Amino acid sequence: MTVTPHETTKASRTADIPFLLKTAFINALIALVLFSLMIGIRTEAGSDGQLTYWTRFGDLASIVAAVFGGSIVIELLRQWIGPTGAEKLVPPAVQSGISFIGHYLAPALLIFTLLVPVIFYNQRYILDLAILVLTYVMLGWGLNVVVGLAGLLDLGYVAFYAVGAYSYGLLATSFGWSFWICLPLAGILAAFWGVLLGFPVLRLRGDYLAIVTLAFGEIIRLVIINWQDLTGGPNGVSGIPRPTFFGIPLDNSDDGLAAKLGIEYSPTHRIVFLFYLILALALLTNWVTIRLRRLPIGRAWEALREDEVACRALGINTTTTKLTAFATGAMFGGFAGAFFATRQGFISPESFTFQESALVLAIVVLGGMGSQLGVALAALTMIGGFELFRSLENYRMLVFGMAMVLIMIWRPRGIIGHRAPTVYLTKAQAISSDLVKEGHG
Amino acid sequence: MSGEPILSVEQLTMRFGGIVAVQDLSFAAERKKITALIGPNGAGKTTVFNCITGFYKPSGGAIRLTHDDSRQIALERLNDFRIAKQAKVARTFQNIRLFPGMTALENLMVAQHNALMRASGFTFLGLIGVPTYRDAEKQAIALATDWLKRINLLDRADDAAGNLAYGDQRRLEIARAMCTGPALLCLDEPAAGLNARESAALSELLLSIRNELGTSILLIEHDMSVVMEISDHIVVMDHGVKIAEGSPRAVRDDPKVIAAYLGTDEEEAVAVMESGS
Repeated sequence: MTVTPHETTKASRTADIPFLLKTAFINALIALVLFSLMIGIRTEAGSDGQLTYWTRFGDLASIVAAVFGGSIVIELLRQWIGPTGAEKLVPPAVQSGISFIGHYLAPALLIFTLLVPVIFYNQRYILDLAILVLTYVMLGWGLNVVVGLAGLLDLGYVAFYAVGAYSYGLLATSFGWSFWICLPLAGILAAFWGVLLGFPVLRLRGDYLAIVTLAFGEIIRLVIINWQDLTGGPNGVSGIPRPTFFGIPLDNSDDGLAAKLGIEYSPTHRIVFLFYLILALALLTNWVTIRLRRLPIGRAWEALREDEVACRALGINTTTTKLTAFATGAMFGGFAGAFFATRQGFISPESFTFQESALVLAIVVLGGMGSQLGVALAALTMIGGFELFRSLENYRMLVFGMAMVLIMIWRPRGIIGHRAPTVYLTKAQAISSDLVKEGHG
Repeated sequence: MSGEPILSVEQLTMRFGGIVAVQDLSFAAERKKITALIGPNGAGKTTVFNCITGFYKPSGGAIRLTHDDSRQIALERLNDFRIAKQAKVARTFQNIRLFPGMTALENLMVAQHNALMRASGFTFLGLIGVPTYRDAEKQAIALATDWLKRINLLDRADDAAGNLAYGDQRRLEIARAMCTGPALLCLDEPAAGLNARESAALSELLLSIRNELGTSILLIEHDMSVVMEISDHIVVMDHGVKIAEGSPRAVRDDPKVIAAYLGTDEEEAVAVMESGS
């Protein structure tokens, strides 16, 4: 029974060479039409302002040939991987692989992360990059609650990041409150705004929800730009105090931590401290999310993603369930924002554009919606990978984009698309991504 | 009869624009009995269900639920989730609505949401792992396990609900509704798409729910063998109005019912009607 479909695909694989060529030809034709004007003809204003143009048919031909070859390669890859979504059960080999990864990859990654400041102590660039990656891991985990668990597509997540950053920035500069007092406040304020956003979007689904959350992100940014008295407008907030080691500053002074410990001062101390701070915050996010998933509220979020009508029939208050998801996600965004403010020492509206929301959402989608490990890996790939291609200069975006496309062809539901059950009787079995719904928003 | 009926529907009317789906419908469902609502396609049965379970707000009439402690609840005034939470009315759907990406066990755990929510101190106590919540969760798992045993799905407890066979999904949906601890269980065509053996197992399950747990059941069903076997009382609807009501035997012999519903052979139905009148 199970062998038959496998054999037919194998048979059709060899018989499909004309189909392969036809697909490649059509793609090449589309490329020809598109690029004939974009690449084939180059126009420029001449010295006297007249239009000069010249043709680049050689480049055009090579591009079209590349598309032709590329579509054959992609089609072959697709056939080699096999039809996606054909198998409803996760195959045993993958199951054991997943449990192996689940058992060893996550702890190994965690141990490595803990050791990063030790290994790369003298490489400031890598430490800064690691802090950036961890910030996005935390943002990804925060957004994962809203998008991955509750299935509510939120395109304005950066708003909560901004609320957290400005909460800390303004409270610290105006009242001189310490980071450790402002951090919970930033989270609470962001959660409050999360609930405020939640109310109007409760009845919205799908595209409509996405548009309203997108608008919310922009509104927050525009308010920050225009409310000059409070936020300093486009000039931002500067002179935000650096974090202290529970009251002991990490500087060169006599009261500094280095002097108290009797070791030589180094600016790296602060970087290492920031590293462990964001790691602790990210791990807190992870721990809380994992626990919440196993609590009734987490199961209700996932049930909401699966079927909202059934939730109502079971007596689950969908309104509060959605609002708690928004609030929880926003709270973690607020924490991350407060960290961002204390790390940068300066914040301005430019840091909170839609691009940030899109990046965090891309991390969640790429990682596999709902998977904590997947989101961490995706943040590493997206932020770290982007830096990795820095040597490619102008082609960086191109190579990066191609890598993304390949990953999405290979794993359309993200790096870790399967779902781990929250409770089991005898054995926890991974649930195939084909069965898990993406939510209605 | 022992006290008041658990559910009494009085002059229920439901209009969608100009279309009258249900017109002045009145009936009652006895406590600890199985009441069936039958009728041809488009008779308005599911509309009645949606009014009772709060998915529609009736245009007119009253739906009253009387609990064991003679507490009365006007269902037409409650909306969506409150009917399940406060009035303890659970329902299943004509097209199965399980959570396909969650395991069978998880489906039954979600059904116990409100009880577990209270036990977890609205998440805050559960987050820090207080022992009372852990005990409550253990009890919830025990209840779920008990139901999985009853519906014969214990060995599939950790499988995704979407991977179960159709008949298993139907039974799981009933178990999920029962895990909410309902006073009244509303089933929308539970035997649809089941084969003869699965239908027989379903009848047995529903009878055990009535006899052992004393839960009142209201069901819509097309499968006459199931309806005639398990129902204590049958209400027949056609075109939004009640055309007959009574015991299975009485309904089966009612010429109006035969004409409207059971009379698959038109000439025979006419003949029966003429001989009856």
